[in-house]
Amino acid sequence: MTALLALEDVHYRWPGQDAPCLEIARLQVAADEQVFIHGASGSGKSTLLNLLAGVLVPQRGRVEALGQPLSQLTAAARDRFRVDHVGLIFQQFNLIPYLSVLDNVLLPCRFSARRRQRALESAASLHEAAGALLAHLDLAPEMWRRNATRLSVGQQQRVAAARALIGRPEIVIADEPTSALDAARQDAFLDLLRRECAAARAALLFVSHDQRLAAHFSRRLDMAELNRAAGATS
Amino acid sequence: MNHLLPLALKSAWNRRYTLSLTLIAIALSVTLLLGIERLRQDARAGFAQAISGTDLVVGARSSPVQLMLYAVFRLGEATQNLGWDSVQALAAHPAVAWTIPLSLGDSHRGYPVLGTTPAYFKHFRHGDKQALRLAQGKPFAGLFETVLGAEAAQRLGYRLGDRITLAHGLGDSGLTEHGDKPFTVVGILARTGTPVDRTVHIGLEAMEAIHLDWQGGAPLRGLTIPPELVRKFDLTPKAVTAVLVGLKTRTGVFAMQRYLSNYRGEPLMAVLPGVALSQLWDMLTVAEHALLAISALVVAVSFAGLVAVVLAGLGERRRELAILRANGARPRDLFTLLALEGSAITLAGAVTGALLLTALTAALGPWVEAHYGLALRTALPSPEELQLLAWVVGVGTLASLLPGYRAYRLSLADGLTPRV
Repeated sequence: MTALLALEDVHYRWPGQDAPCLEIARLQVAADEQVFIHGASGSGKSTLLNLLAGVLVPQRGRVEALGQPLSQLTAAARDRFRVDHVGLIFQQFNLIPYLSVLDNVLLPCRFSARRRQRALESAASLHEAAGALLAHLDLAPEMWRRNATRLSVGQQQRVAAARALIGRPEIVIADEPTSALDAARQDAFLDLLRRECAAARAALLFVSHDQRLAAHFSRRLDMAELNRAAGATS
Repeated sequence: MNHLLPLALKSAWNRRYTLSLTLIAIALSVTLLLGIERLRQDARAGFAQAISGTDLVVGARSSPVQLMLYAVFRLGEATQNLGWDSVQALAAHPAVAWTIPLSLGDSHRGYPVLGTTPAYFKHFRHGDKQALRLAQGKPFAGLFETVLGAEAAQRLGYRLGDRITLAHGLGDSGLTEHGDKPFTVVGILARTGTPVDRTVHIGLEAMEAIHLDWQGGAPLRGLTIPPELVRKFDLTPKAVTAVLVGLKTRTGVFAMQRYLSNYRGEPLMAVLPGVALSQLWDMLTVAEHALLAISALVVAVSFAGLVAVVLAGLGERRRELAILRANGARPRDLFTLLALEGSAITLAGAVTGALLLTALTAALGPWVEAHYGLALRTALPSPEELQLLAWVVGVGTLASLLPGYRAYRLSLADGLTPRV
């Protein structure tokens, strides 16, 4: 099995600090795999996500994604890689307030020809592709033209999920996407997200401090075990 | 760029109130800058057009600039006159087409009195070779008749038939009046936008007549000559302040100038008005540059405002920029986004400012001309003004690179999660 994502002997130290905040000996994620990463704040999970998304580059070690050595690419090439292959969902404030729901979902297609192309493989138009995703995520068509800020937090998170999935990127990274939701909606959102990632054949990296959600995942990682950096607390 | 433009537009629309304030500030300062520049050019044009069609201005030997000051602008007092026989010799010279003798020294309520001949109304030209035109009445014919410049008549509220008395000397108060010999207003000139507007014109003989019973700048004690009797005296002037000369052919102007410089009768000086006027104007360049510097400062201040507004807005846009970045915008895209907005605002501000100025000059031009005698052009921007506008847009774009660069740095430092 070739790994979709592979980290090997990775050390990351924030500029100006002596000790690394992240040390990972080895981590592999396969295509289609759904991984739950648990960690308290300060455990290095944000750093890990930034490394996986190619925003940060480790001082030591290798980050490989889709067979490409991310850690050796230029900043511009990593930017390109991210928009072509990675969908991101954050805890909150995912949406651009002055764009409609549809325009928010189509944002990656604006910047990536690959995402645009892949979105058009399964739909006649970009709007149709975005609409199909939104409908799958239980967002009624009358909301699509609304300004993103006029939605509830739960709806906003589903729009963010649709945006992460449009153009079928190989990797979806979700950073505490359910923290702003109440418990009942957390489960519903998680089910939707997992289902859609599976449908899009995207690997899902789901980061949360909430152990309760771990039950949904077959593979669970704990930052406390994964990160060997002395400075990391958990 | 193409994929950024709709984003930039929507983002700008979202912040339209702040941005329109910035735009208004830039537009107003551009209006000011262009307005000052145009006023400067119009003032210069008006200045150069105070006299035209005159080939030489002749006076007693002094400085050319001084001669222009009193012969054209009726400012200052001539210290020396030229004799009437020289004036006659000049008029008889074969190369000379016409002469206009000018005699200054008296005033009426602060407005200069000019003694001259009917040739003045026939030959004097201003602006683009425009002749004087009477708005009302006729040129003076009788002895105690006067023709007023437009501004003098309007400010002092005189109409045809009014009687005015002249004062000896220049200034506003403390002058001795020629009270026994009042003048009747027989004509009022149309507005010219030149010093003619402020002038009270009388005949040379009248100038002589009111000074018959004067000596050394004061009335002779115990001697008064009533107006009815002045005709019994010889009213031929003994001297005048300056003479405007028109030649038959312009080509003879330097020969004539030389001839007058070497005139045997008395020391004379002949000045080419165009040359002397530009010398005079050069003396005013300090004020001119000060004006330009002030308007440049105004523009600089409004750009500082633009940068401040955009930089302050950057804090609240940090999240927006991070979302864009997480969804594929490169730091370079964010830089472009901000620089695009800044230059667009500057461009829009410059255009609005130019339009505003055109509207203002169209609306206020007649009023300014009526009150200040300054003819404002309502015209498309001149090449110089376009250059100025290009500078404004250039500097504005440069100024907006600063917030762009800051956004670029922030987006690199923030990564995917803005620390706000």
